[in-house]
Formats: sequence, structure tokens, C-alpha cells
Amino acid sequence: MRDLTSRALDTATARGATYADVRVVRRLEESITVKSTRVEGVSAGETEGFGVRVLVDGAWGFAASHDLSAAEADRVAAEAVRIARASATTIRNRVVLDDRPPARGRYETPVAEDPFAVPLDRKIGALLDADRAMNAVKGIAWTESMYSAQREEKTFAASDGSYTEQRITHVGSGLEANAIDGDEHQRRSYPDNGGLWGSAGYEFIRAMDLAGNAERVAHEAVELLSAPPLPSGMRTILLHPSQLYMQVHESCGHPSELDRAFGTEASYAGTSFLMPGMLDNFRYGSDLCDIVADATAPGGLGTFGWDDEGVAAQQVPLIKEGIFVGYLSSRETAPRIGRQSGGAMRADGWNRIPLIRMTNVNLLPKPGMSFDDIVADTDDGLLFETNRSWSIDDRRLNFQFGTEVVREVRNGRVGRLFRNGTYTGITYELWRSMDAVGDASSWRMWGTPNCGKGEPTQTGHVGHGVSGARFRNVRVGVMS
Amino acid sequence: MQRTQGAAADPESALRIAEEVVRLAKQAGVTEAEALVVSGESALTRFANSEVHQNVASSEASVNLRVARGRRVAVASSGRTDAEGLRALVERAAAIAAYVEELEDWAGLPEPGATNAEPVEAAWSDGTGGATPELRADGARAVIAAADAEGVMAFGSFSTDAEAFAVANSKGVRAAERRTTSQLLTVAMGPDNGTGYAEDCSVDATAIDGAALGREAAERARASASPVDIEPGDYPVVLNHYAVVDLLDMLGYLGFSALAVAEDRSFWEAGKQVASPLVTITDDGRDPAGLPMGFDAEGVAKQRLSLLDRGICRDLAFDAQTASRAGHHSTGHGLPAPNPYGPFPTNMAMAPGEATTDELIGGLERGLLVTRFHYTNPVYPKRVVITGMTRDGTFLVEGGRIVGPVRNLRFTMSYLDALGGVEAISRDRRCLRGLLGGSVVPAVRLSSFSFTGATRAE
Repeated sequence: MRDLTSRALDTATARGATYADVRVVRRLEESITVKSTRVEGVSAGETEGFGVRVLVDGAWGFAASHDLSAAEADRVAAEAVRIARASATTIRNRVVLDDRPPARGRYETPVAEDPFAVPLDRKIGALLDADRAMNAVKGIAWTESMYSAQREEKTFAASDGSYTEQRITHVGSGLEANAIDGDEHQRRSYPDNGGLWGSAGYEFIRAMDLAGNAERVAHEAVELLSAPPLPSGMRTILLHPSQLYMQVHESCGHPSELDRAFGTEASYAGTSFLMPGMLDNFRYGSDLCDIVADATAPGGLGTFGWDDEGVAAQQVPLIKEGIFVGYLSSRETAPRIGRQSGGAMRADGWNRIPLIRMTNVNLLPKPGMSFDDIVADTDDGLLFETNRSWSIDDRRLNFQFGTEVVREVRNGRVGRLFRNGTYTGITYELWRSMDAVGDASSWRMWGTPNCGKGEPTQTGHVGHGVSGARFRNVRVGVMS
Repeated sequence: MQRTQGAAADPESALRIAEEVVRLAKQAGVTEAEALVVSGESALTRFANSEVHQNVASSEASVNLRVARGRRVAVASSGRTDAEGLRALVERAAAIAAYVEELEDWAGLPEPGATNAEPVEAAWSDGTGGATPELRADGARAVIAAADAEGVMAFGSFSTDAEAFAVANSKGVRAAERRTTSQLLTVAMGPDNGTGYAEDCSVDATAIDGAALGREAAERARASASPVDIEPGDYPVVLNHYAVVDLLDMLGYLGFSALAVAEDRSFWEAGKQVASPLVTITDDGRDPAGLPMGFDAEGVAKQRLSLLDRGICRDLAFDAQTASRAGHHSTGHGLPAPNPYGPFPTNMAMAPGEATTDELIGGLERGLLVTRFHYTNPVYPKRVVITGMTRDGTFLVEGGRIVGPVRNLRFTMSYLDALGGVEAISRDRRCLRGLLGGSVVPAVRLSSFSFTGATRAE
């Protein structure tokens, strides 16, 4: 691979690039979908290519190709320089990168059981067993069970001498039972809507015990049809980890992206209410709120050795004791606030330019009470579990979430079931109202494999470790 | 001489690759094989704070192979088109097909149809095929100049794509065409929290008027400065074209698919009135007003669908599998396999009305003018209840005149109920980027829209 990367870097610098980097990425994917006990889709994919990013006259250019020949390396590097020169005709501020030591080394996701080596019939069989168990429950309209694995072999080289190799493996799986009565459509998922994902091997899938949970979720889907809708009101809410991670994703992860604060996502995903002038002085949440972007956390979809501009994985505090203290950042953006890159530049494959993305944005656990203890400590509340819908405004302030189930909590006991539960609010008001966070025993890593950002749109895999939390005085039951 | 974007978009070459893959698959012993080849070049210039900050181009190729051994169906895909890559692709697909369970109601691959999957000439423009980084930079500069003139900042992107699509299958289906698309969108941001949006999509990038879009967004940003709070609630509204496209996207996503109907997750019932008689929605891959395409990912010619005829459900989108299960024929709306979500209308259009946009606004005694929606998501999918935010210009209208800007609002609303209250439709329409293709949409006036929350200043 060094021949290709050296050729591209040499051509780029010879044509005038003051900085260049090249990523060569080979991605393997495998997916299985079972619907209502039919194996509806089994696919295996492979893509391979390289992307060259250059700085010329203070402006960026990027070109990519699926052809790994030396001649194409020359053409693509030259095209990237040409594009950068076109960009330079409009810039008002030259790009300046922070310093970092050249990155060198190798990283691999720890994998106990290679998911691509597990025989296909076993993987299909595991899904079929679970899917059949769901379908055996009376009242189920249709079911869907999925498994997916992705592996990236990635080589990064830069004109400053950096050269890293990474092998990153992600797997995910899950079940979905659907019950329908007239206009009422209820879904129950396990372990998560869209499956539970992690950076791991097939051992991660085995640990889910899909078949052992299939009948339960199917019964819950049917039960939801006859549950009353959640009434409107201002209530104490308990966010189960299966919902809390999405709250962290949308209302902390995205607004902490420094490119959003600088406006470079304004035309698509939006901006952020968290502006640089608010660093170290804005009260984002209660004292219990500690949120860290941690690319070193085991098992997360945002866990790696180096980001896609060669910055080593690290832990970056975003919220400390409720105060906004840091951003997800890059080598270009961090110097503008007097900091160094936090290593959050990630690209969706060889044909996309790296963007600031979440790594693993984690709400840290607090000693004292497990999430079950928090439920037991609640006199009158509502427990929201498993995300079903999500929406937040372009500055990440006004959010609305829906979950698959909501259960009433009275005097510390979980009781009545509600359907179509929603809650809504303003980001900092919600986080300031948090008065309990689960301890380490309830903390686990969740994953979002479908985070969209950028133009052309890139799909990011990001992680969120959470333990569940309680919030006071939140508006619930938004009616249409 | 520089290579143009369109050089890599050669349908004959793509079809040759598809045919070779099918030949190799048959040689490997499968009973059916279908190859979809997409090759070409995509480029995008992105600007923010009135300067270009991202400028990318990518030459790509993909081969999607679906094979069947009897009723055992498998899919493999690859980004490689060299001989070794194609052989490996075939081996992978054939190996999977040996493992999987039989699909009891496997319909078989499509037969060469009575309807001809002829390429649509209007799907290609040399204006986009010959696009260069300089052309896109010129477009960005025109937007930025318009923003400068209004004292606001410009953000946005200008994309140009030129691709060849080819499908071949072992039953004799052959389809190939080249397609171009381009899109320029911009958000203008002014002092005092004013923002504005404008967008245009076209097969021909040279037909997009960057200066006009820049002016439209900039003027809207100036007009929306210093927005005030307004109480959430039900208001009559005028939805600009940019908001209406989301209505079509969600109806297509949640309802107009034969699989959604088969799984009882759709609102669709043949002959049922679900929207105002003023609402007619079609899907037509050959409509030159949109982003045309002659055939789907299974090589089946796209048929024109009357999805809503004066508010009444008429047609549905079918692919080969859903058609077989329903005793219907494919309408040419298949997506690349495997596709558990089902067929999808990719070329929707809403019929125009007779009003000007000013007349739509003039008919509001007290209501809101909404430029576009942001981050919409289904809350109750079967009833098409959607939540989302307004964005980039929301205005209070009183006595038929715009009074001033209001802060962005959250809505939670059934799009079917919204379309049930259509009072008037604009005669001008725009081609905008939809969820999976291009949509042609007018602006509309609705009798009521439910706003359930509002955002804050900080």
C-alpha cells in the first residue's frame, strides 16, 4: 500500500500541495434480514478505493477513486490539487492546521470471534430461531430480524510522514415485532430499535440472547395495542439507557461539534447553540452532568486508534459538572479556539472527506444508585424505554422524542403501560433538571450506526455509553 | 485536457460489465442472475461563511449481483469492475445462495417486459456531464455575491453527478442509460438571527441560476431578522415548495409502497379519499420536469403512477417481488437488492394549481408562511403523523400580508390531515431533491397546521 500512498502524496506535493493525506480503505459488509420467518435478504459487499485530501493556497481539495493503479493515484492527486485551486478563488481565511506528531502504528478492534468467519448458516439460523419465536405469539402482524457486520481495513498516510494501519470491526443485530389494529401500529424491539451495535466480534451477538427475548418483545408489542395513550402533562421522567443514549446523541453530541458552531454544517444539518464564547461558563446541565467524548472506550462504534487525519484517540470532556467545557474538533477548527484537535475527524469510506463526527459521547455514571434504584426512589414518574422517533431543531435546542413503551412509576414500582409516549423540551432545561444518574452497574455502551451529516451525506457509526437518568418537570404526551 | 465528469458515465460499458457478471454467474451454476452496474463521477462544492470550505470529487463504480439457486436467493456487491473482482463477486454470491433458506414465494427475476425500458434522453445533460470544479466555484461565487449585496453570509453546496446505470439479467432483461443530476442549495444568515433558504435541482447544472437563488435566500434572511415568539397552536399556513417536498417524501416513504400495504403499515386503501380533491400526486420517471430515469434497479421500465387522484388513492409502487405476491405487475419501482423496505416512488410530482404564491399568502386572514421543514420524523407512521421544526424563514401573515418573522416552531401533524385541508395550490412548481430522487412540487395553502412547541433564542 505504501507504493500507492507515496505516489499520491508525491504527486500532490509536486503540484503545489503544502499538505496532503491519503486514505486507502477496503470495506467488507455482510447483512442478513429475516422478515416473518422468511430469509428476505442476505448480502455481502466489498468496496475499495482511496481518497486524497490536499491543502493548496490555504484551501482544501479532495478527490477519490475506486481504481488503485499508480496512474490513477497520479490523476486523483492532480485532480485534488486542481479542485483546491478552484476553492482558493473564494476563500477569505486560509486554513491553518494544528501541530501534531506524525502518527505511526497499527490498531485493531479486539475481536474474540471473527464475524466473517462464523458460518453463514449459523448466523441465519440464530435469526430464524428468534424470528419464529416472535411469530408464534398471537396478534403479531409481522416481524423483522437483522444482523450486520462491517470491517474496514484502513491505511492513512500524510505528507508529514504519518502512516497508520487500522482494522475496525463493527457488528449489530436485533429483533422487531409489529402488532397492528386499524390505524394503530405498535412496534417492540430488542435489544434496541435498529439493533444493538458495537465494535466487537460475533461474541457480541451471542451475548444478546435474541431467541431468549423474542417471545417477550412480541407479547409487549401486542400488549401495547390495548394500552392507553400517554396523557399530556408536566411529569418526572426516567430515561432508560435505550432512550437516554439518543438524548445524548441529539442534544449533546451534535451541538458539541465545532464545525457546526463555526457554521460549516449550516446548509444541511444546522448550527449549534453552543458557541465558543460559552466555553467554561455556560451551565448546560445539573452538577450530575459529566459528558466525555471518548474514542478509547472499549466496544464503542466510535472507538479507534487514530482519527482520519492521524490524531490519536483520546478522551475529551464536553460537559463537566454541568458546565460546557469542550468540543469535538479537528486540526483545522481546534486552533481557532486556542486548542488542539480532539481527534474527531471521521470519513464514511474512501470516497468521502473526513468531517467532525462524534466518537463515543458518554454520560458518565454516578456512584450511589443503579438505574433500578432510581426507579425505586421515584414516587410519581414515567419510564421511557427504547427510542422510536426523534427530532431536534437546527441549533439543537427544541427536541421531541417518542419511545416504544412508557410505563408509569408509582411509589417506586413500575406499573401501567402507555402507548405512543412522547416528551419534548429545550436541551439545557432538560439537562439542568437531571437529579439522578445511574451508577456503573447500569452503564453500558450503545451505538448509532446511522448518524447522517455532511454533503454529500455521510453515515457515521458513533457510540454512547449511558446508565439511565431521571429528569424533573418535563412536558410529555404531545398530541397531534 | 482535463477529463470531464461525464467521461466515466458510459452506459454501454456499464451494460457490458453487467452482462459479463450474469454470464459468469450462470457459469457458476446459479439458475438466475441479475447485475446492476452504476458507474460515474460525483462532485460537490460546499461553501460556508461566504467561502468555499469543502470541494470534493469521486469516481465510483458498483456492481450489485442478485442470484438464485432455485428459490435460494443471495446478493453480493462490489466496487471492483476488473476481471478478478467480478469473479470474486460471483463466487461470493453463489456461495451465499448455497447456504440460505429457500424463499417460498420467490417470484423469479423480471422477464423482459411488454413495456420497454428505453433510456430517457431527458435524463442526461452535457451541461452537467461537462461540469468542472470551476463551474461549481462560479455557482458558489454567484450565491456569495448576492449574499454580499444584502449584507448576509452564504452557506450551501453545489453538486453535480454524472452516472451510467445498467441492468442485465439471465432472462434477457437489458437496460442502460446515463443520468445527470445537479443541485444548488443555500442558507443565508444575516444579523439578528435572520436566515433564508433557496434551492434548485436540475438535470442540467448550467440551467441553475446561482445569483437568483442567492438573492432569494438573502432577501428571506433579511426579512426574517429579529424573529419574535408566537404561541404554538393550530394556524392556517402557506407551505413554500421547500416544505411541500417533505410531505411527498413522507407519503412515499410510509404509504405508497405495495410492501407497506401488504404489511398493513400504510394508510393506502384503493379508492379511499385521503386528501383534498385539489391534491393530485403522480410518479413519472419520464417527466422531464423532474430528475428522470427510464427504469428501476431491476431493469423494469418505470410506469407512470397516479398515486393520489384528486385526493383518492389509485396506484401503488410495485417491484417484482411485491407484484408477484399481489398478483400484479412490477411498476418499475424496485430498489437495489436486498431491499426489505420494499418499492419506492422516486419521481413524484404534485399537480399545480392556479394561484400565485402571493395569492396563496393573500388568502391568509391570520396564519403562518413556512419556508421549509427541518429534521422531520414519523411519530405515528400509519397515520403519517410527523414531527419536525420550521426553519430558515417562518413568518406571521395577517390580512393577507406578511407582518414579520416568528421564531421557529415545532409541529406534530398528520400530513394526511394537512393535505385534507388544502385550500389552494400555486401554479409554479419547482424541482427539488426528494428522499430518493427528484420531486416536482408547488406551494400550498392549508386550512390548519398543528404547531406543538417553539424553540428559544438561546
